[in-house]
Amino acid sequence: MTLSPFVLVSLSILIIAFTIALVPLFARHQKMLIYVSFPLMSIASAIAVVAGIWSVAIDTPESVTLSIGLPDLPFHLRLDPLSGFFLTVIGLLSFFVSIYSTGYCKGYAGKRSVTHLVIFYSLFIAGMFLVVLSDDAFFFLISWELMAIASYFLVMFEDELIENRRAAFLYLVVAHVGAIAILLSFGVLAGATGHEGFSGYTFDAMRQAEFPLKWATVAFLLSFFGFSAKAGVIPLHVWLPEAHPAAPSNVSALMSGVMLKTAIYGIIRVTFDLIRVFPLWWGAMVLILGLITAIMGILYAIMQNDIKRMLAYSSVENIGVILIGIGLAIIFTSFHIPVLAALSLTAVFYHSINHAMFKGLLFMGAGALLHATHKKNMDEMGGLIHYMPWTSTLFLIGSISISALPPFNGFISEWLLFQAFLLSPSLNSPLLNLLIPMGAALLALTAALVAACFVKAFGITFLGHWRGHHHPPLQKMGLEVNWPMRIGMILPALMCLILGILPAMVIEWMDKISDELVGGKIATTAGAFGWLWLTPVAHERASYSGAIVFLWIIVVVMLVYILLHIRKTAIHRVPLWDCGFEKITPRMQYNAASFSMPIRRIFGFLFNIREQVRLSTSTISPSFPNRLYYRLRIRDRFWGWIYRPISESSYWISRKFGRLQQGYIHVYLIYSFITIIILLIFAR
Amino acid sequence: MIELYPFIIEAIQIVIVLLFAPLFVGWVRMLKCWFQGRTSAGLFQPYRGILKLFHKDVILAENASWLFRFTPYLVFGVTVLAGGIIPIISLTLPFATVADVIAIVALFAIVRFFTALAGMDIGTAFGGMGSSREMMIGSLAEPAMLMAIFTVSLISQTTSLSNMADVVIHKEFILRPSMAFALLAFVLISLAETGRIPVDNPATHLELTMIHEAMILEYSGRHLALIEWAGMIKLFLFTTIGIASFFPWGISTSVNLINISAGIIFLILKMGFLGIGLILIETGLAKMRIFRVPEFLGSAFLLSTLGMLSYFILE
Repeated sequence: MTLSPFVLVSLSILIIAFTIALVPLFARHQKMLIYVSFPLMSIASAIAVVAGIWSVAIDTPESVTLSIGLPDLPFHLRLDPLSGFFLTVIGLLSFFVSIYSTGYCKGYAGKRSVTHLVIFYSLFIAGMFLVVLSDDAFFFLISWELMAIASYFLVMFEDELIENRRAAFLYLVVAHVGAIAILLSFGVLAGATGHEGFSGYTFDAMRQAEFPLKWATVAFLLSFFGFSAKAGVIPLHVWLPEAHPAAPSNVSALMSGVMLKTAIYGIIRVTFDLIRVFPLWWGAMVLILGLITAIMGILYAIMQNDIKRMLAYSSVENIGVILIGIGLAIIFTSFHIPVLAALSLTAVFYHSINHAMFKGLLFMGAGALLHATHKKNMDEMGGLIHYMPWTSTLFLIGSISISALPPFNGFISEWLLFQAFLLSPSLNSPLLNLLIPMGAALLALTAALVAACFVKAFGITFLGHWRGHHHPPLQKMGLEVNWPMRIGMILPALMCLILGILPAMVIEWMDKISDELVGGKIATTAGAFGWLWLTPVAHERASYSGAIVFLWIIVVVMLVYILLHIRKTAIHRVPLWDCGFEKITPRMQYNAASFSMPIRRIFGFLFNIREQVRLSTSTISPSFPNRLYYRLRIRDRFWGWIYRPISESSYWISRKFGRLQQGYIHVYLIYSFITIIILLIFAR
Repeated sequence: MIELYPFIIEAIQIVIVLLFAPLFVGWVRMLKCWFQGRTSAGLFQPYRGILKLFHKDVILAENASWLFRFTPYLVFGVTVLAGGIIPIISLTLPFATVADVIAIVALFAIVRFFTALAGMDIGTAFGGMGSSREMMIGSLAEPAMLMAIFTVSLISQTTSLSNMADVVIHKEFILRPSMAFALLAFVLISLAETGRIPVDNPATHLELTMIHEAMILEYSGRHLALIEWAGMIKLFLFTTIGIASFFPWGISTSVNLINISAGIIFLILKMGFLGIGLILIETGLAKMRIFRVPEFLGSAFLLSTLGMLSYFILE
């Protein structure tokens, strides 16, 4: 057997299976379990990364049919560049998170058993690998369910808290409503292929079929709905800010960083590979939904005080940005402009890998905070830059990257997306001519709001003084997390930098995918100006060099520093100037709620906000109130608009049906009798 | 030797950016004094201010972190980098390909990001207030700025500032409605981004009205000097971005020495006039309440989006 990407990925899955098999042996030795299973998982993920990178590089799909599965439908697996790319993304983050987990899960030692955490963690990663590998609808859904169920149990890990159980249940419901839609969509596609029996359910059969527009539309809408539920597209996002904070932080990193990407993979696979029909309005719909998701996601994120909820909402925003790219790609393909479609898809892929890196990093950072301070509320933290120098620096890198600031990676994908907007010629559709400038405007607004959101997150959490009521249980440097956690965060931070300064190389590597999907390439021009420069389309139209920006910043900062330190001027450390007030306390600092107040005031109409202020005055001196109560509650409007009516009406219906249950055996016998009569009438 | 010329011009431009920026601020302050019937401190007062700060010792709060000390250097370095990219005296700069106009806006976003963080580092109410307000203004001004520039780049079919200016210079002059909208929006945004009246008042330390000054309140000595200098360069650069995208005539299109000197003279003339324009706005208007600013910036955003729409629909 010759070594090929597929052999490697099979090896990786076998290692995961082996890890799961090992778990019972170590169930009594929790520390050993952590030290054995997570390193094995990181090896398995690293092998998957190699397989993914390799399969994209050689660009020859490999398929395998396993002889298990349904009688007529054995399991089909296929590793082509598209699955190879997503395999790389999933593998990379799983690799980092597995290293991190070795340190993170030690925090549970002695408190609760991590046995089932390890099992479901491994199953979760295996499920994600299999989702991108599967090549028929049946196996796809099995892997999809494996991933969903495993992550459900991971969300339920700390199940003594009622909000965690609620979050997990909500997640399960939304995931399954989505899965049903995906199943129906595959059914429609399989029916339209014209094959007898189950053979229509293979992706190969769908790839070869020509779908009539009517059925293609039904299938697209169903699958888009199903995948949107998983990706957290507004208004299907409500489970996301509940479930992601409830899960252990290493799992939230995986859920936010890569599980959402499997939904993106699904959308791309079904739209560009299986259906291959591109009506204009699909693109417009995806673009509009993407814009709404992006802008609403980040506005909700700014309003949050819980750091993990904030990150979860920010994932919603990033999914929106990715959808914007997919929408543009569909629009450009429907106008037969393959180069621009390829540019938009490249932006989509680049943002997918970027988001996996920085969101993984940020969730791991939030996990480190939780590990060290046992707090999730930003308002109870502060000044941690002095106590956690590594975590704070790494979190800062994550914040810079996600805020799309050069020279880090977030800027590259945002830049590519802007280029796609700007290069779009005047299209022959008045709606699009309106939509594209508005889209560019909203994307720009989103990007700027992200920066505000992460200035708040970093500033409130790490800067200033400790905001909690009790002093932090520590001396200087005393809170820093252990080395496996640090390494697990350092590696994605390095990836953020590498992806930011060497984009031309990365794009050249992954350009075949868009060539295969939309028949356009940009790499011939992307690196044409040399590997240092990123020049999509043509260098006179736009160019950017992250490496030079990075080098310049380093050189100038050092130069200025040295120039200013030739002449000796002293630094005097003095106590904080208190304006002569003398009683300055950490409670006087700006906190998370006050920082976002101006933005809350501008965009407040989008939220369901209730603000209460009450003064309690003493009778002796009524002009000097001794206490001020302030309560702020911000709710998702979608909850009241969509979910409350649905859940209430389903309760109503089930109550009505409940009346059928009389509790007498003869009543039930009458029901059976009536059923048989009806069946006899209709099923003759 | 010939191939070295562009690099020499690049070096000249960076020196011009560094030296002319305080001069422009001096000119603006001098004009303001005259308009308000005061005696001015002279054209060179900003230089003296910076020099004085460089010679002073640094007073640093006890709980200032490395971020607080690092920010001035970063802010200065990034601002100067932007100064090397914008075509100020010549279009043939070797640095011009490093970043296009989106990246330049992002460079200013780095400056804002770190200044806001530094404002929160000490943990005073003023710092947080400044940072919070600055991020609010920035998050509205930045997209409006991008949209205004995008309108020009749609017309010239490029996002590289040098190529945009090149196209505008060589195309015949047509009065485009989209350009008019974009220019109007750009003026409004520049006032907000550089912290001028009516959005922020650079000359005040009044508690409830300051924004930029509130963030940098805790800085002193060489740190303050770097930040002040970078702020002056920022004002200068916003003016030159406006010149490059809307009135680029006069910027040298070749490496010819005569053209370059002509470019510098044109630059001085344009800056002189723009300084007068700025002061007319500043003396004519009063500072707005902070929650009027979103309306101000919202109208700028609307104008720039209208500009882009009118390009797609009318042109």
